[in-house]
Amino acid sequence: MIDKQVKTTADAVAGVRDGSTVLVAGFGAVGVPDILLDALHEQGARELTIVANNSGNGDYGLARLISSGRVAKVICSFPRSGDYSAFLHAYRAKSLELELLPQGTISERMRCHAAGLGGFFSPVSAGTKLGEGKETREIDGRLHVFEKPLKGDVALIKANKADRWGNLSYIKSARNFNPVMAMAADLTVVEVDQMVELGEMNPETIVTPSIFVDRVVVVGGKA
Amino acid sequence: MTSQSHEPLNREQMAWRAAQDLKEGDYVNLGIGIPTLAASYVPPGREVIFHSENGILGMGPKPEPGKEDPYMVDAGKNLTTLVAGGCFVHHADAFLMIRGGHLDVSLLGAFEVSASGDLANWTTEDPAFPPGVGGAMDLAVGARAIRVIMEHTSKKGEPRILKACTYPLTAANCVKRIYTNLAVIDVTPKGLVVLEMIPGMTLEKLQALTEPPLQLAPDWKVLAPPVAPKARAA
Repeated sequence: MIDKQVKTTADAVAGVRDGSTVLVAGFGAVGVPDILLDALHEQGARELTIVANNSGNGDYGLARLISSGRVAKVICSFPRSGDYSAFLHAYRAKSLELELLPQGTISERMRCHAAGLGGFFSPVSAGTKLGEGKETREIDGRLHVFEKPLKGDVALIKANKADRWGNLSYIKSARNFNPVMAMAADLTVVEVDQMVELGEMNPETIVTPSIFVDRVVVVGGKA
Repeated sequence: MTSQSHEPLNREQMAWRAAQDLKEGDYVNLGIGIPTLAASYVPPGREVIFHSENGILGMGPKPEPGKEDPYMVDAGKNLTTLVAGGCFVHHADAFLMIRGGHLDVSLLGAFEVSASGDLANWTTEDPAFPPGVGGAMDLAVGARAIRVIMEHTSKKGEPRILKACTYPLTAANCVKRIYTNLAVIDVTPKGLVVLEMIPGMTLEKLQALTEPPLQLAPDWKVLAPPVAPKARAA
């Protein structure tokens, strides 16, 4: 019997290696797998590259990983969001590297890896500072830059419901980066509010199909 | 409706003016800041569908007190609502809509706009803070019409509509229309064309606050929003 549910958050993040690229879902404070991030802090992996839209909030989750020196690099679109003081401190101390990317380029690079493609040309950032150094091509008279696929060693996902196969559904705008990050990592780990029986989820409402999911842990209801 | 004030428009009036150009059936993304206010001033009876980069199509107004939902935020991470007919998509699809030309209008804020429609709105290169780009570059290349709402001059009174932008570009040649607190200006292949000016404004006075040459449209109008535009009920 397939059962992707693990008992503890420690089981959920077991085996994450130093130097891993970790995809961290969420937008602002919504749909962020904060409990898995805290578990990853306990687990102790170092020299992490974090891919996220923002750069952590307050003193928990991603911010805690950053303030305790576990993060070598952040790939994000908008670090200046909420209370990002942990990131700001590390950025000013030059103890981590920031790679700034347009938001849609981050999501599409992950989708591209998930789809097994070798990259894509995008007009976004062409001719700007963020496009500098990238291969360019003019397509139908418009300048494009080449973007490579972006793969996670691990994806940390926040969903509302899961079943034992790992099918997932989300709540409202807490969906955000979760489905595309769930598709784009070697190991996809999910914290959920509740487990439901196999067959209980309406198949029309399953947003992330189980094929993308490896481990699920129940953490209870939390926005 | 008309104001006899010769004062520059306030934020609500600028947002009101931009909202008047949104058409029935338009799919529209509103940038953070003044553009967000435009949602409140779409004329009554006109259906405009608002998109939010974090995966909302059919975004509604701010929630009424007591009806806040922590799972509903807009691009600025402020609480928002969903209208009847609205739905959710994931990030890759939200940006597919932006980049792929599916939005009719992207209404953005700006630091500077050039005579050829170059847009600078993502960084002032302040060395003390990390830069942030968010969805600005995606929005500036993808929508069918890119329109900007901005104060006509900086706080020091210097022009922000320039021959060439001084801040790093968000995208080149993308802005089609500029709504300022003094005028409505179209970016055309023949240069900047003034469509509307506030009462008391002249082309000479406006030109003194604008770096590239301006032309006055033959059928230009007085820009006179209501003194206190009425916001649409939530």
